[in-house]
Amino acid sequence: MSFARLALRPAAFASRGFATSAVAAKHVLPDLPYDYAALEPAISGKIMELHHAKHHQTYVNSLNEAEEKYATAVNSKDVKAQIALHPALRFHGGGHINHSLFWENLAPKSASGGAPPTGALAESINQTWGSYEEFKKVVNASLAGIQGSGWSWLVKDKETKQLQIVTMPNQDPIVGKYAPLLGIDAWEHAYYLQYQNRKAEYFSAIWDVINWKAAEQRFKA
Amino acid sequence: MQTGRYTLPALPYAYDALEPYISSTIMTLHHTKHHQAYVTNLNAALSQEATDVTSQIALQAQIRFNGGGHINHSLFWKNLAPAGTGEARVEAAPRLVQAIEERFGDLGKFKERFGKTLLGLQGSGWGWLVKDAEGRLEIETTKDQDPVASGKQVILGVDMWEHAYYIQYYNNKAAYVEGIWNIINWEECEKRFLGQSALSL
Ligand SMILES: [Fe+2]
Repeated sequence: MSFARLALRPAAFASRGFATSAVAAKHVLPDLPYDYAALEPAISGKIMELHHAKHHQTYVNSLNEAEEKYATAVNSKDVKAQIALHPALRFHGGGHINHSLFWENLAPKSASGGAPPTGALAESINQTWGSYEEFKKVVNASLAGIQGSGWSWLVKDKETKQLQIVTMPNQDPIVGKYAPLLGIDAWEHAYYLQYQNRKAEYFSAIWDVINWKAAEQRFKA
Repeated sequence: MQTGRYTLPALPYAYDALEPYISSTIMTLHHTKHHQAYVTNLNAALSQEATDVTSQIALQAQIRFNGGGHINHSLFWKNLAPAGTGEARVEAAPRLVQAIEERFGDLGKFKERFGKTLLGLQGSGWGWLVKDAEGRLEIETTKDQDPVASGKQVILGVDMWEHAYYIQYYNNKAAYVEGIWNIINWEECEKRFLGQSALSL
């Protein structure tokens, strides 16, 4: 499977003759690399469809809107307006980044979703948490501890190369010091239609569709 | 069953009484599962003994979240009422409506601003109409289960967590917000505005 195809990229306006246009290219909703129903029974097709076609699409649209307003504020050197737009950029930009990473780091069982990590990443996980089983327990505890909406991430410290689990509120993305390797969405929209309040069941089922190949690529990068 | 200091309050109406605006399934899950979990976890946190300041701070976060969840939901159930009942008529809140008109222009403008605030929440949280210490009406939001600051009187609260609407409305939270105006318990809001309704927990 191709990871490049899901990378955050602007729409290819160049091919349509907009290369010299001053208008900034817009973000677009990436295609899912599998069918909506492909992650069943861990995640229902209905959830995947709403999550991708509605929620992620809304983040993309709102990010484009915020960027447009931001460009106007930059052009007119209106610093206050730029700062006022930061929460919207953070939220919708984070939503776009996080979901794009999330779709990539999931895979159907037929595409080795759920197969345990291998290679250097597996080694590093074992060194840090003792075993893959222990690691999953720690991640699930971090997910269960989120008070409100948010995400849990396996990240790599860019300097020390050490692994760590971090939770982020709402759509705050992993930027700066850490590189995101694997993200799990703990917003209610990610599981509620199927699991309702039984979120622990979702956290335990999602390991069946984790795409460790994607996380290994990110670990190497 | 473990007993604790706090208990789940009974709903003042049947689970299906708020249909079609909030489905019976949502109300049942919201009350018996979500609210119950806040009560259970609040009692558990209160029964723990913190031995040092680190564990005290960790415990405070649990108390804030679960205690807030208990307070907020208890307020929410009471400021809702079945559509078409006397309580749900805006005429049941003459003094409050007058204050809303003075503050926001008219009821329509207030609803519009309140709705816009609810839809602007980034993540889980609540939207509130409160009366502040100076007696002024304000629209505000709190994140997650943070309760409204003490010193402010809650008049009306709306739960904007996804569990409050998702099974029925999916991502269309605007439709949930639009529908909720049919099931506001204006009589209760009026009592709160006049200081005649204290929340007993
Ligand atoms: Fe709730």
